Amino acid sequence: MANSYYDPSDLRKFGKITEWSEELGTKFFEYYGKVFEEGALSAREKSLIALAVAHVVKCPYCIDAYTKDGLQRGITKEEMMEAVHAGAAIESGATLVHGVQMMNKYNKLSM
Amino acid sequence: MSQSIINEVKKASKKSLKARDNELASVNKQLNILNGGLFADGELPYFKDKISEIGHYPLKPKKLEILQINVGYMCNQVCEHCHVDAGPDRKEIMTRDTMEQCLEVIRNTGAHTLDLTGGAPEMNPNFRWFVEEAAKAGIKDFIVRSNLTIIRANKKYHDLPDFFKKHNVHVVSSMPHYTRGKTDKQRGDGVFDKSIKALQELNERGYGMPDSDLRLDLVYNPSGAYLPGDQAALEKDFKKALDEDFSIQFHNLFTITNLPISRFLDYLIASENYEDYMYALVDAYNPSAVANVMCTNTISVSWNGWLYDCDFNQMLDLKVASKVKHIKDYNEDVINDRNIIISQHCYGCTAGAGSSCQGTVA
Repeated sequence: MANSYYDPSDLRKFGKITEWSEELGTKFFEYYGKVFEEGALSAREKSLIALAVAHVVKCPYCIDAYTKDGLQRGITKEEMMEAVHAGAAIESGATLVHGVQMMNKYNKLSM
Repeated sequence: MSQSIINEVKKASKKSLKARDNELASVNKQLNILNGGLFADGELPYFKDKISEIGHYPLKPKKLEILQINVGYMCNQVCEHCHVDAGPDRKEIMTRDTMEQCLEVIRNTGAHTLDLTGGAPEMNPNFRWFVEEAAKAGIKDFIVRSNLTIIRANKKYHDLPDFFKKHNVHVVSSMPHYTRGKTDKQRGDGVFDKSIKALQELNERGYGMPDSDLRLDLVYNPSGAYLPGDQAALEKDFKKALDEDFSIQFHNLFTITNLPISRFLDYLIASENYEDYMYALVDAYNPSAVANVMCTNTISVSWNGWLYDCDFNQMLDLKVASKVKHIKDYNEDVINDRNIIISQHCYGCTAGAGSSCQGTVA
């Protein structure tokens, strides 16, 4: 067993999850592939969304995969970093908007 | 890998592997790497086994369509990814005698495309004479692979756009990205600005304009250890950016996968990307690209007249497996009846939509 929870070479074994649950694995990868095709959004735009989400969910595999995917699509590092900030802003906003709940509770409990 | 090692590699890479006495200047060393490691361990399948599965082993040529002639390895640039290991310190230059032998073949070949490459082909002292003579042979598509900066490198090259136009040469030029940073990182400081200026000059002569017969195509290859994205999508992005920022027009963008040989192999190993890159190439193996890989319709001629299945095999010194191995003995029928020599670098031409000097193949 690897002595770390994350091993970069595990990413290329991702497809193997299908071996232990063929139907669900196959359906997942079909869905996954379909999601990232050109559609109302371009594949390039979806790659940047994926990169931002990868950071928000803090998935090291996804960060590796979508940094590489972005490079392959000619996405610049400035675009990639802006996408990461968009994700970070939503994540910190999600924390801070709960400040309103804190304020409501504070006010309710205070005389 | 530490930044200091990266900087060391970068500093050294201003010279060719050959000038640096780098061990990868030896083709045997390169072939040992390509045939050993992951492949010898059975982690990844040999290319031979993959194409055997679909009945394409031994790989055979189809009709010869493209005669690609490398007129020398000298270049004004030292690009990090260069599979030729070209640079100002390379002295391998095709002589006029060998050019005469090539012209004899050009006049009689059944190929419809003549493709001159290098190094910077324009640096061969007999380049212009050779183009003038070759143009007389009336080959349908006459390509010169120009790195663009050569046009701006020295006054003696400033008139190249006019020279190309006069001989109706199809210009194919490298352009790794439409942004300055990525271009200069791969090809050297100042390359982007010079390339833009050269493209504008070609446009002024009519090259690359939408309805023009003066063909100007760009070649994109990734600036790192990853595969090229979709050719059509990248072409769209390049066209939009180059038009909006610099009013530059061109016809097609060819995406080319970097093959793991020479300086690119050196980079992959030094940056610890070799294994991942080979996995990526094998994962992206596309059986439908195999039938159209460029070695099936191309012959590559080296600066000293030897014949190869492709420019990559030329750099690995894998001469054609035929009785005819040199341009002086050229016989199209005999050469076309050969088995193409393959190794694991060939995965570069079958990855994704496939890759060739003319872009995707699948």
